[in-house]
Amino acid sequence: MAVITYREALNRALREEMQRDGDVFLIGEEVGEYDGAYKVSKDLLDEFGEWRVRDMPIAENGFAGMGIGAAMAGLRPIVEFMTWNFALLAYDAIVNSAAKIRYMSGGQFSIPIVFRGPGGAALQLSAQHSQVPDPWYANIPGLKVCAPATPADAMGLLKSAIRDDDPVVFIEGELLYNVKGEVPDEEHVVPIGKADVKREGADVTLVCHSKMVKVCTDAAEKLAEEYEVEAEVVDLRTIRPLDVDTIVDSVKKTNRAVVVQEGWPYSGIGAQVVDDIQREAFDFLDAPIARVSSLDVPMHYARPIEKHILPSADAVVSAAKHVCYLD
Amino acid sequence: MERVEQEVATERRSQEDRRTRGDRRKPEHREVSLESYDREELHGMLSAMLLSRRFEEKCAESYQMGRIGGFCHLYIGQEAVAVGGIHALREDDYVFTAYRDHAQAIVRGIEPRAVMAELYGRVDGCSKGAGGSMHMFGRDVNFMGGHGIVGTHLPLAAGVGYAIRYRGGDQVVLCYFGDSVVNGGPFHEAFNMVAKWNLPVVYVVENNSYGMGTDIDRVAAVDHLVTRACAYEGMHAERIDGQDVLAMHDAVSEAVARARGENGRPTFIEAITYRYLGHSMSDAAHGTYRTKEEVQAERQNDPIATFSDQLMEADLLTREEYDEMNQAAIDATEDAAEFAENSPHPDVTVTYDNVYADEFPGLGRRDAWR
Repeated sequence: MAVITYREALNRALREEMQRDGDVFLIGEEVGEYDGAYKVSKDLLDEFGEWRVRDMPIAENGFAGMGIGAAMAGLRPIVEFMTWNFALLAYDAIVNSAAKIRYMSGGQFSIPIVFRGPGGAALQLSAQHSQVPDPWYANIPGLKVCAPATPADAMGLLKSAIRDDDPVVFIEGELLYNVKGEVPDEEHVVPIGKADVKREGADVTLVCHSKMVKVCTDAAEKLAEEYEVEAEVVDLRTIRPLDVDTIVDSVKKTNRAVVVQEGWPYSGIGAQVVDDIQREAFDFLDAPIARVSSLDVPMHYARPIEKHILPSADAVVSAAKHVCYLD
Repeated sequence: MERVEQEVATERRSQEDRRTRGDRRKPEHREVSLESYDREELHGMLSAMLLSRRFEEKCAESYQMGRIGGFCHLYIGQEAVAVGGIHALREDDYVFTAYRDHAQAIVRGIEPRAVMAELYGRVDGCSKGAGGSMHMFGRDVNFMGGHGIVGTHLPLAAGVGYAIRYRGGDQVVLCYFGDSVVNGGPFHEAFNMVAKWNLPVVYVVENNSYGMGTDIDRVAAVDHLVTRACAYEGMHAERIDGQDVLAMHDAVSEAVARARGENGRPTFIEAITYRYLGHSMSDAAHGTYRTKEEVQAERQNDPIATFSDQLMEADLLTREEYDEMNQAAIDATEDAAEFAENSPHPDVTVTYDNVYADEFPGLGRRDAWR
């Protein structure tokens, strides 16, 4: 197994899928000559040429819609957004066209398309460039939503997303691109809709995805070292469809849960997870479920306030102690 | 003082606008000879226009009887735009349109029965009753919908154009939309892309003068919508009489020929047309935003009457033939309505069908008490 970065894992998935299937192509701002704003599409233009790696004008609604039209005609486009903040301009195309055309045509048209790019906060990018888009898309029937945390999951899930016959919203993270991890040398595909237990534990379940997986595994180490609490870290990997079975199985074992997400608390992914747990495992709970999320404000520019707004391992530790009645 | 003068000037301009409305709606002259068509082609176009008209009249009746639900936008008055354009296509070409889509769907080749059953929300509808009036789709005839958000389908048409070029094909995409689209982002984003990459798309704006109840002259900063294309190099642009089916057919034929093949170029056609009825079935034909006199005057320029008169004068159509065509249109429409009436309503067991291609884990898991 090679140790590569999350960025390299995505690049490998793109290259392998484009080699495997001539209908797969990539469009987006800076994906070609610039090698991608975050270098995810490095060297792909040279290998595949401009019809398969096409630089787009800064017109997100237009080029997202163009991708959807190409998908209606049977191609498998990958649409890169420089960040998901900019994809708000393409929200109409994604929600009103990509997510609806199969249903409202009575199943006549498939939309096999991937929309991908980084979401969430990076470092001091302030209010317009730090948003977590997960619930905006997870709310929409017709879409699938992935948010992998590790290089192996990023590669395996992106391959599944490209092969999927439905529109997949694929949310990466600016602060994840340099994360390193082991990735199998052979073909590696991770199914959409399957969570992964990143750390086993018997005392409390920490449910998380994307950048919060690292926050939760750090919290789990601290809980073990300082409080003799063994936390189980469940990485959702896909947030629509949600792998409720894996979450519920873990909660039935630990009887306690802390649900962690980077996004805002109100109507967040965590709220959905809490609802699923209380409906399906209420009798197994020994404490009310706790949630940890960003504070309910636009992102602040100043570093101390930015850190204060984002969920931290310490906050997760506090929440876990609370549900274990240790505080 | 200066400010008051400005206001007076604006008011004067506004009055002038109304007076010159006729000029603003005047198309470029296009001489089309009947001799370049055979009788069968001409009759085909007239029959299609009659079928569209009779079908839409039936829709109005069925809507009023409560057989059709939701929003229902009728095409009466604009038939020459759909028929002239779509008759210029090859079978493997593609058609997109907005939500005023019944006529385009039928002219493209979806059975009137399937369109009416869709309007009735029945299982035999072309979209299995899931789409309704605004979302006709016909994959078999490359009818790509039926799109309900203003302007949203223009980039989609560009995408089909991209796929054609990508595969080295020689099909063409014909994309209709209403006049209100020209002021929005998707119009310009799509035009920029098709012009930049020479995508084989023919865009036709159906300028019926009103975006719902707003006169296009009140909200567009150009007198002629066609001039918008000048921002996109290589895009041919023309202003056509949309009430003249042969002018439409001729212009779209040229545009399609221009677009087809690896060196093809896109075209933007402004079709000057008029809708006789309200924006939708919940809107009066005249009243708040246009006068009865205006509608009556526009109806004098009826595309079906003009064309049938033209054919009769040229001895290419007899009164009997016209009556037969009209009766055939009535029969097809009545048959469609009867078929729709007898088609079953979808069972609730299909509710989750076609949300996704494959079985979706947990779909319905949160839907207790239904």
